[in-house]
Amino acid sequence: MADIFGVPITVLLGQLLLGLINGSFYALLSLGLAIIFGMLNVVNFAHGAFYMLGGFAAWFLFSKLGLGYWPTLIAAPIAVGILGIVVERLLLRRLYRMDHLYSLLLTFGIALMLEGLFRHIFGAAGKPYPVPPSLMGGINLGFMFLPMYRAWVIIVSLVICILTWLAIERTKLGAYLRAATENPALVQAFGINVPLMLTLTYAFCVGLSGFAGALAAPLYQVSPGMGSSIIIVVFAVVVIGGMGSIGGAIVTALALGIIEGLTKTFYPAASSIAVFIVMVLVILIRPSGLFSREA
Amino acid sequence: MNSSNISSSFLVTGRVQGAGTYLLVAIGVLMLVAPQVVYPLFLIKILCFVLFAAAFNLVLGYAGLLSFGHAAFFGGAAYIAAHAAKVWHFPFELAVLSGTVFAACLGFVFGALAIRRHGIYFAMITLALAQMVYFLAVQMPFTGGEDGIQAVPRGYLLGIVDLRSITSMYYTVLGGTVIGLVIIWRAVNSPFGHILSAIRENETRVTSLGLKPERYKLIAFTLSAALSGFAGSMKAIAFQLASLVDVTWHMSGEVILMTLLGGMGTLIGPIVGASLVVGLEHFLSTSGLPITFIIGLFFVVCVMMFRRGVFGELKLLLERRRG
Repeated sequence: MADIFGVPITVLLGQLLLGLINGSFYALLSLGLAIIFGMLNVVNFAHGAFYMLGGFAAWFLFSKLGLGYWPTLIAAPIAVGILGIVVERLLLRRLYRMDHLYSLLLTFGIALMLEGLFRHIFGAAGKPYPVPPSLMGGINLGFMFLPMYRAWVIIVSLVICILTWLAIERTKLGAYLRAATENPALVQAFGINVPLMLTLTYAFCVGLSGFAGALAAPLYQVSPGMGSSIIIVVFAVVVIGGMGSIGGAIVTALALGIIEGLTKTFYPAASSIAVFIVMVLVILIRPSGLFSREA
Repeated sequence: MNSSNISSSFLVTGRVQGAGTYLLVAIGVLMLVAPQVVYPLFLIKILCFVLFAAAFNLVLGYAGLLSFGHAAFFGGAAYIAAHAAKVWHFPFELAVLSGTVFAACLGFVFGALAIRRHGIYFAMITLALAQMVYFLAVQMPFTGGEDGIQAVPRGYLLGIVDLRSITSMYYTVLGGTVIGLVIIWRAVNSPFGHILSAIRENETRVTSLGLKPERYKLIAFTLSAALSGFAGSMKAIAFQLASLVDVTWHMSGEVILMTLLGGMGTLIGPIVGASLVVGLEHFLSTSGLPITFIIGLFFVVCVMMFRRGVFGELKLLLERRRG
């Protein structure tokens, strides 16, 4: 068995895989965060809470209503997206003209409310969620064993990230979105319903994090704290990548997941702070972020 | 567009300072006799959070920097002070001083890093850095992990006053808090404080006047961190406990709420806000209601309905009536 710095190669690859999975979730979340920031000028602190909500929606639909894995995977993000519409229409909309800080504080409050409510109802312990039978088992790649579900998570996350990126950069709707980011008043004057577009953007991105939550449910247990622990890492990812570029957000997220995985292999004690250390280094070397257009 | 909006809600004017002074004196007298009526340990908690919120307000209200990581200074200093008092057998003053110095150093480093980015990124960087401190507090051996540092000896103040008596502990913390508040008051009303406000209003213009905004922001951030650490150290010694609760991001959020609820950019606002939040939590802790949910609700209501905070709205009302 080959070793790298005293670590068996299978262990290394296993941790890399785990890192890639974490990276996929970071990518789904930071992508939505970047789009919301670009379009609505809002840093959505509640993004992690919506991720947690997606997990709980999936758990509820699956174990209480008896829906299968696949319908759940579609229904949970839609439910989260609808809640996103409510939040945007009732609350967030009124703060667009204020300083960013207020929308950050508002979404922070929403995050606290959601986490507090779920902790109160369900307790802090995780809820188990089974891997669907169709994705059980795994493939033996010769050098390592790849569980099917993990492969599925990585592939579907990547596909969704790339599709979203293409939709924004290459389609007409995406062109409207980008135009509305630059000059909402002018786009509105062309007869495009910008407020509706903003609502749907928010709902879509929030739904995306709900999807990530539903996708994560069989890997990690569904718990009220899962949102806040991921959102802080995603913030660090966003600081590293800069929110100016969607492609940059995806690449940074995956890279950081892998870095985290590598740290877990070689120096486990530092794995929880690896991302933050990278963030500090990036701030020192390139303060505006790796893919930023700001400076 | 953005900067003018935030400045109008932050606006600090001297016209109602008279009313503010009376209020301050009234609060001062009240705090002197309070331990006769209210449980002193509860009052100590309020005092520590008053100082913490006031220190936080120095960066948010006056310098316009939203830090999401102040728990690192508050809770981090609590660990250092508790460790100094328990393991190194430092007397009270030295233990509190070590906590404060630690927080100041940490604040300088965090500030120097976070000030390189503006606005929203500043908030995210401070949050991430504070989370790093949280993870370190979980893992490092001297912090005691989930248990924290317990049974911290209170010792003697200046080697004379026995702080095991809850009353003398209370008056010591009261004295410490007043000193902290006076430092903040002096800083805000000095030329330094005016430059900070000017940076908040229009950073580019301050730069064009030949000043270096980064330097002023960093000094304000370090001072705020040091005073937060001072508050956290006093709390750790008075409660004889340093725990993970004080370094969580919830704590960073709570101090934001205190400042927001009381009124950003006012001296009395954080005092009002901290008392309200601590009182509310005290009341809720026995009610069985979800505290985090209600704190979140307060945030939402505050941001949507009264962004000036309780004291800010009151001040505006007074100002309108006078002219």
